Amino acid sequence: MSTERRSSFEAGTTLWLLQRVTAVFLVVTLAFHFFLLHYWNHAAEVTFTVSNERMTAPAYYFTMLAFLVAATFHGVNGVYNALVNQGLTGTPRRAAKWLLVVAGVAVVVQGVRVANALAGV
Amino acid sequence: MSQSYDRGLVEDFGRWREFSAGMWAWLLHKFTGWVLVGYLFTHIAVLSTAIRDGEVYTDTISGLEGLLVVRFLEVGLLAVAVFHILNGVRLLFVDLGVGLEQQDKSFYASLVVTGAIVVASVPTFLGGKLA
Repeated sequence: MSTERRSSFEAGTTLWLLQRVTAVFLVVTLAFHFFLLHYWNHAAEVTFTVSNERMTAPAYYFTMLAFLVAATFHGVNGVYNALVNQGLTGTPRRAAKWLLVVAGVAVVVQGVRVANALAGV
Repeated sequence: MSQSYDRGLVEDFGRWREFSAGMWAWLLHKFTGWVLVGYLFTHIAVLSTAIRDGEVYTDTISGLEGLLVVRFLEVGLLAVAVFHILNGVRLLFVDLGVGLEQQDKSFYASLVVTGAIVVASVPTFLGGKLA
């Protein structure tokens, strides 16, 4: 193993870059999500009426969808890279990849359904 | 120019006693990442059970928030998220080659700031109406 390697990811690939681009976006959106729903509003006081009010604002709705897609990609790609780092190769690696792709698509589809229900569409 | 050292495989968790600051950072980033991706799937699943109508949604959230154990779990989630964010910013700088010489100090700073934010947030998270 090279002693120069600093990152768990194969540097210079599209996935490597996307992991970092989504990271920058998630630093802001995850902090915003926590701040809004735990400090600005207390989590215990969240109601459908207030969630519905937020979700009907297009800027909030689309920010949340981008947050969902970025978080899912970043998480699923992170898990895949962790498995590859542990030495997963061949058929198990391909199986893990497609399982993660299916799980990622499923959570995005379901997340959009939740957002739509909250927005009343 | 930074020096590099052959510290062996960080994936070899059994030799954790020999780990350096950077290796602990790597391990904690991985652990908090697993927790966060697990939470994302759980979060969407729980919300999905509550979207039948507005009343079910409000009742589900107030029911969960009424449990003290949920409040403690949320403090844990906050700790995990804040560390992953701060160490993630540290990693972005490391990838850019900025602050390589101070990467151990920036890891300790991530831990200290995470601890401070979490401790300061405990009253907010545990406060509010319980069941």
